[in-house]
Amino acid sequence: MIGTVHYLALSAVLFSIGAVGAVVRRNVIIIFMSIELMLNAANLAFVAGSNSLGSMNGQSIVFFVMTVAAAEAAVGLAVILALFRNRQTVAADEIALLKW
Amino acid sequence: MTAADVMFFVLAALAIVGAAGVAFSRHILYSALSLMVALFGVAGLFITLSADFVAGVQVLIYVGGVLVITLFAVMLTQGIQNVAVSNRAVGSTAAGLLTTGLFVLLLRAMAKAQWVRPSGEVSAQTSTAGIGNALLGQYVLPFEVASLVLLAVLVGAVVLTRKETAE
Repeated sequence: MIGTVHYLALSAVLFSIGAVGAVVRRNVIIIFMSIELMLNAANLAFVAGSNSLGSMNGQSIVFFVMTVAAAEAAVGLAVILALFRNRQTVAADEIALLKW
Repeated sequence: MTAADVMFFVLAALAIVGAAGVAFSRHILYSALSLMVALFGVAGLFITLSADFVAGVQVLIYVGGVLVITLFAVMLTQGIQNVAVSNRAVGSTAAGLLTTGLFVLLLRAMAKAQWVRPSGEVSAQTSTAGIGNALLGQYVLPFEVASLVLLAVLVGAVVLTRKETAE
């Protein structure tokens, strides 16, 4: 029988995979996609909690998370494009201007 | 094992395979397409959690919006001819240890937490009406703040991507 615990465990798995991608990858766009994945894992946990409690609060908060994710997509990708225009690279380890 | 259980495992496998594709794929376009698979898997899981409206919004916003502009960013930054370049991975051992620790921490937190148990039988609600009431009732202030955030994003994205003109 599938319960809330299964969904939360799956959410933890997805979050961890996203964390691996964000840490290991050097391409800024892949890091960005991994962050979207982690936000989505959090959404899954919210909806699972909402379902188990029979309350709409979790599903409502998912909408705010999605708003933040969409905002991150628009501004983050604009930043990536501006970065590429100035430095001709999207590799995070080559963008070390502020590194002492 | 009921049909719902089988559905859960199929969709969970879809989401995990997609997520692994995002994190470990060699080719950046394959990463983007794996993200689509993962997002569809999670959308299916939302439906099994009787959150059909959230699932629809997930498909519309993530697959229709976020993924498309991600693909645009891939095309604009990598060039269409050499999409495979610059997808290196470094520090895998340390990252593996770090995220395994994170995963164990999450599972332990899940196992140890004192979960609130619903009193009595939980009845399924119609999700669209419930979300509408919550967003325009209890969450009306965050809802308005979210619209301001989106306005700022709109302006910010235009300002950032605009070409500098010397004046």
